[in-house]
Amino acid sequence: MKNRARLSLRVPTPPARPGDAPDFSSIKLEAAGEVRRPEIDARAHDVSDLAYALIRVLDDKGRAVGPWNPKLDAETLRRALRAMLLTRAYDDRMYRAQRQGKTSFYMKCTGEEAVAIAASFALERDDMCFPSYRQQGLLIARGYPLLEMMNQVYSNAHDPLKGRQLPIMYSSKAYGFFTISGNLGTQFPQAVGWAMASAYKGDDRIAASWIGDGTTAEGDFHHALNFASVYRAPVILNVVNNQWAISSFAGIAGGNESTFASRGIGYGLPALRVDGNDFLAVYAATAWAAERARSNLGATLIEHYTYRVEGHSTSDDPSRYRPIDEAKLWPLGDPVERLKDHLIALGEWSEDRQQEAHREAVEQVKAANKEAEAIGTLGHGELPSLKTMFEDVFKDMPEHLRRQRQQMGV
Amino acid sequence: MPAMNMIQALNSALDVMLTKDPNVLTFGEDVGYFGGVFRVTDGLQKKHGLTRCFDTPIGEGGIVAAAIGMGAYGLRPVAEIQFADYIYPAYDQIVSEAARLRYRSAGDFTAPIVIRTPYGGGIFGGQTHSQSPEALFTHVAGLKTVIPSTPYDAKGLLIAAIEDDDPVIFLEPKRLYNGPFDGYPDRPVTTWAKLPAGEVPEGYYTVPLGKASVVREGGDVTILAYGTMLHVALASAADSGLDCEVIDLRTLVPLDIETIVNSVKKTGRCVIVHEATHTGGYGAELSALVQENCFHHLEAPVERVTGWDTPYPHAFEWQYFPGPARVIAALKRAMEA
Repeated sequence: MKNRARLSLRVPTPPARPGDAPDFSSIKLEAAGEVRRPEIDARAHDVSDLAYALIRVLDDKGRAVGPWNPKLDAETLRRALRAMLLTRAYDDRMYRAQRQGKTSFYMKCTGEEAVAIAASFALERDDMCFPSYRQQGLLIARGYPLLEMMNQVYSNAHDPLKGRQLPIMYSSKAYGFFTISGNLGTQFPQAVGWAMASAYKGDDRIAASWIGDGTTAEGDFHHALNFASVYRAPVILNVVNNQWAISSFAGIAGGNESTFASRGIGYGLPALRVDGNDFLAVYAATAWAAERARSNLGATLIEHYTYRVEGHSTSDDPSRYRPIDEAKLWPLGDPVERLKDHLIALGEWSEDRQQEAHREAVEQVKAANKEAEAIGTLGHGELPSLKTMFEDVFKDMPEHLRRQRQQMGV
Repeated sequence: MPAMNMIQALNSALDVMLTKDPNVLTFGEDVGYFGGVFRVTDGLQKKHGLTRCFDTPIGEGGIVAAAIGMGAYGLRPVAEIQFADYIYPAYDQIVSEAARLRYRSAGDFTAPIVIRTPYGGGIFGGQTHSQSPEALFTHVAGLKTVIPSTPYDAKGLLIAAIEDDDPVIFLEPKRLYNGPFDGYPDRPVTTWAKLPAGEVPEGYYTVPLGKASVVREGGDVTILAYGTMLHVALASAADSGLDCEVIDLRTLVPLDIETIVNSVKKTGRCVIVHEATHTGGYGAELSALVQENCFHHLEAPVERVTGWDTPYPHAFEWQYFPGPARVIAALKRAMEA
């Protein structure tokens, strides 16, 4: 018998499970305005503290403070708020459509709207986004037609993806939105490749990609950071830490031991950690990274610290693995409310105007949905032509596929 | 016309395309300064510059993912995976991503990429430098799979693959890099130098994807082969004393079904030869295809001569390798049936 303790295996667990009181006591929040803003040409090594801090601009009273305040004009802020409201209204409508059996599946981004929408405001229109499945706000903020999104969700005759993809897995080259994969993180190193190509061609466009905290455990995350660092690719690599990967809390992905942003340090990339529920902070961090990328200074890793208010998808019941009221007590609040409060604090908005904007968003979604449902919903109404099933496997249809199509009689 | 071995022919193909099209780049582990462990990219960085031909981190998934991103941008990247045995870390990017971008985006995004990789046995590479993974790729909708067997074809097929708008898996039989190999390890080593297939034009030409080549005409039995096995098949045909028709498939997807079917209808017999393991190998697909299309013309069961269903053993390479003795035995079984 050896005179020392036996080993024991540690499996991390979240601070609270169903039936427990939500516990966010371990979260350390910097005050809004507290974190420094370095010059864009700062060396990664000299800004490593930012990978552990939390960049915040909006304070509890809705005021924008500190060096990261992007000082956006009121009209831009109002447009952003409307885009967030529209995204939320769209999510609500599509969620209900799934519950009504009109589509198979849906994923909301409730609580995370600022992540995608602030990024789309900070990026140029022709920059290429490589999103995960929870950045529908990018398309909405860029003005992609809601009707097209719905046609895709319903896999109806006008589905731009011809009934091939799961709902929510949009694709639009024209809107700089790369086709979404269900395999986690594959888009991260692809975005780096796209950015390398842009640099190779002497273009001025940059790429941006988004993954969740859980996906940082995938090999592709590390390939992306390494390639981005090695080739100084003009890309923004975003980790949306929404605390939950289906039922596994961020600690299982490795978030207990260090921040996700800190992963960038080992790769020599500047890394920012930002309050993902603060539109201004996300905007400012993205703009900083974008300017850096456009100045040929390479990639930035950004961790967006936020909370997934809803379930992972319509197939998930979060009350099975976390306290039912946890989302309400999330200490960084709601991104829509916070931007609204900011505009009101500026004297540029009001609760009445908010109500009116909300109604407008709901009406806009309703009108588009009426049109989409008239074309068809999953399995009902007009479908894409069956013969398109055999198209786009290759650029030109090879003989064996032509024969299979004939066998099917189309 | 200069004599080239397959390495030089592949190098020439890359050189021609790097010269012709600024959207072509090539990269991979040790590909740049050093010119590749098999020297396929030798001199290309010096001639075309650091950004056209460069080294990458050892991360196959990252290499292929970067190629996909570049392809989506509009470039035509040629990525090298140093050995086919190392392609598995990139498998998800190849299968779930490159193969499906066009389909899942309804033609909006495409991956016009080539993934080159040396494969196959016969070089005492053990079980990590000898595998033949072609069936893993031919099973995937959206990928083209190309396997040359001569320097001439290697160059023409690689240029065609680079110009192709779909993702292409380009498997190079490394045993054939320096010369043909007939499967008799005790015979003197031959080179490509004085063989017609080693006569390779210096400039641009293509060998179209999807066209098999009838390398030897005959009336008794059809042998279907590709890569190194093409040469084993030819030696076996010669040594068997039979009037064999030997077909080099050249591309497995798209497959030249017509040439195969016409030949088997003529001979009434079919022997399939490949290096990969037996069960679920590409030979199973070929066998089923022949059965579906030529059943009433067949005089004998379709024979498959393949690697065994084990990993590739270092010490027993020649027992594992489907050499002429096994091919000739299969030919005789086919004739006696």
